[in-house]
Amino acid sequence: MLIRYFAWVRERVGLDREEVELPPTVVTVADVITWLQTVDDAHGHAFEDPEVIRAALDQVHVEPDTPIGAAREIAFFPPMTGG
Amino acid sequence: MSAPVSQQASGDQPLLSVRVQAEDFDPAEAGALLTRGRRDVGALVTFTGLCRDEQGRLAALELEHFPGMAEEQLTRIAEEALARWPLTGLVVIHRHGRIAPGANIVLVAAASSHRQAAFEAADFLMDYLKSRAPFWKKEILADGSSGSWVAARQTDEDRLTRW
Repeated sequence: MLIRYFAWVRERVGLDREEVELPPTVVTVADVITWLQTVDDAHGHAFEDPEVIRAALDQVHVEPDTPIGAAREIAFFPPMTGG
Repeated sequence: MSAPVSQQASGDQPLLSVRVQAEDFDPAEAGALLTRGRRDVGALVTFTGLCRDEQGRLAALELEHFPGMAEEQLTRIAEEALARWPLTGLVVIHRHGRIAPGANIVLVAAASSHRQAAFEAADFLMDYLKSRAPFWKKEILADGSSGSWVAARQTDEDRLTRW
């Protein structure tokens, strides 16, 4: 699955995107975050406070309990500050 | 620059134009797009959001966006406004990249036969794109260094409950 990062999440991870193989136990968006916390220190730092992370599945904003299903892409970012 | 997502008015169909771009825009031109050649528009509300210098502290804002999702999300929000109010048209423009104090960041223009729908739709659009459009602002400080990311405000989130 393609994972994309934006704003300070991108800066902390040190990448704007990466292709990953998620373990089969990862079902929801929140599960992806929990798994990312264990990848390395940079990911751990980016995802240390899951409360402030927002996500989009195939470019649609979703809640943490949303199953990732057949999505091809998941994006993580801080709360949006448009306008 | 992204291709404009727009739809020409035909019959009773309201005009919708959504653009995400690095380039500046002309608010008067956006308004004219909604009124030119029409006789059914009684109200045009145009709002422009500009970059402030925060009492001289900022040299610029760097606006990061999520290409593709930004256009789609703005279109979704605009379509929601079209479903809620009897509008004759909407224009939404959001810039990305480095924006200096005094320069335009965002524009919403709403046209309707009557003013209440135009005012309310413009207000609704701004509230939603503050916290639902995938843009993030980073401060570039007056000394040229990179400052912090602008934090989302709870008051912006709270405003959504009005709708």
